Amino acid sequence: MDVRADTTRQLVRLRGRSYVAFVFSPVVPIVEWLAEIDATLARSPGYFVGKPIVLDLSAVDLSSAAIAHLLGSLGERNIRVLGIEGVEEERLAANMPPLLTGGRACVITRSEPAQKSEPEKPKPTSLLLDTPVRSGQSIVFMEGDVTVLGSVGSGAEIVAGGSIHVYGTLRGRAMAGVNGNSNARIYCQKIEAELLAIDGYYQTAEEIDDSLRNRPAQAWLEGDTMKITPLN
Amino acid sequence: MAKVLVVTSGKGGVGKTTSTAALGAALAQSGQSVVVVDFDVGLRNLDLVMGAERRVVFDLINVVQGVAKLPQALIRDKRLENLWLLPASQTRDKDALTDEGVGRVIGELRSRFDWILCDSPAGIERGATLAMRYADEAVIVTNPEVSSVRDSDRIIGMLDSKTVRAERGERVEKHVLITRYDPARAARGEMLNIDDILEILATPLLGIIPESQDVLKASNVGTPVTLNDADSAPARAYVDASRRLMGEQVAMVVPVERRGFMNRLLGRRAA
Repeated sequence: MDVRADTTRQLVRLRGRSYVAFVFSPVVPIVEWLAEIDATLARSPGYFVGKPIVLDLSAVDLSSAAIAHLLGSLGERNIRVLGIEGVEEERLAANMPPLLTGGRACVITRSEPAQKSEPEKPKPTSLLLDTPVRSGQSIVFMEGDVTVLGSVGSGAEIVAGGSIHVYGTLRGRAMAGVNGNSNARIYCQKIEAELLAIDGYYQTAEEIDDSLRNRPAQAWLEGDTMKITPLN
Repeated sequence: MAKVLVVTSGKGGVGKTTSTAALGAALAQSGQSVVVVDFDVGLRNLDLVMGAERRVVFDLINVVQGVAKLPQALIRDKRLENLWLLPASQTRDKDALTDEGVGRVIGELRSRFDWILCDSPAGIERGATLAMRYADEAVIVTNPEVSSVRDSDRIIGMLDSKTVRAERGERVEKHVLITRYDPARAARGEMLNIDDILEILATPLLGIIPESQDVLKASNVGTPVTLNDADSAPARAYVDASRRLMGEQVAMVVPVERRGFMNRLLGRRAA
């Protein structure tokens, strides 16, 4: 007795799946409608290439031969029709795309070629305040310079990783270069500060020379000494 | 459109309650319907200055807690029929105030009055922050001396951050009211001068109220300064300030030292 591997019947599974297709709805006169398609192709050739197109013939009354002619015209333009809807089944010959029913409108999500992801916006390295800094307010900006268009009130403090520029009177505390940046400086139009610090080295109001008061001044670090000099 | 205006300062004893009563009375005299609200829970003074301390039945806390309705708590002034007072509680403290309760009361007051003046307590705690929370405008009362100016600066910073308007991105319109200004001491350099104060606070000036004994006299008889003696220097300064609040352009008068004739003749002591 032959031992024969019994070929088990492959079950052919038929499953349902839905796809999104583009629908063309030709209108009379067909020639002009085809001209429209040509214009689109002229603008972006290959626009329809690879896209599944369904032909909706409900707006026109085409005979079987006319449908065949239309399919031929579309074929010349490299437009592949995967189905036809809106027409009686008898008009579709066997070599034509099948009749589709039950189509539902849906939103087409444009699949553009992946755009280059926007370059990461560089983080700001300076902070601008255009109102005065009031007593009790504390401004902390570790990433860079702080510029104040106004005065800094007594009892306020500004902590910056970079330099501090005050276009007004500095009456509070200013601490620059807190990240270890010893090149940071503090500039102000009138110096009445309570405390100045650069990279940890500080000087209180007591130690600021009287001759510097009420004038534009800058403070910077020379070694481990803070120097404060007039700006003009 | 009703306006909610908070009279605040940070520092205590600079003249908030006096100014609230004086400005409220001046606005009412010009025809506006005004309510003055005392937010100093536990240390209420506005009722004394308005002369209504013997007619207080219900207060702001009662209304916030729903124990009483707003019309039951409002006290009408005996001298001006469109001036009303909503007193604070003397027995409770500021913890009895809630944000939603205050918001609700202010909302109800907005539908009844043209001006709602909120007399803030001193300090920066809950009473002061709730008094300013729903304000459209603010009057920052400042004495011409350093600690008052610094505290006022702090309060201005809070007006720009802790109010509903600031949280919505709008601005609270701020004015500085300098009180207890003594021209003689200013001339001698013992008091901060006006320009220095305005330079530090960077806020427009509403008015300068001179130091005067009329203020104490008025509060002792329970009458706002502007009603007690309308010709006194502080009264006239307050009336000018109230006109500026209503949008009028009024020339600023800096108080000068007033020495009587005999004082000038006999002012110098013999060596």
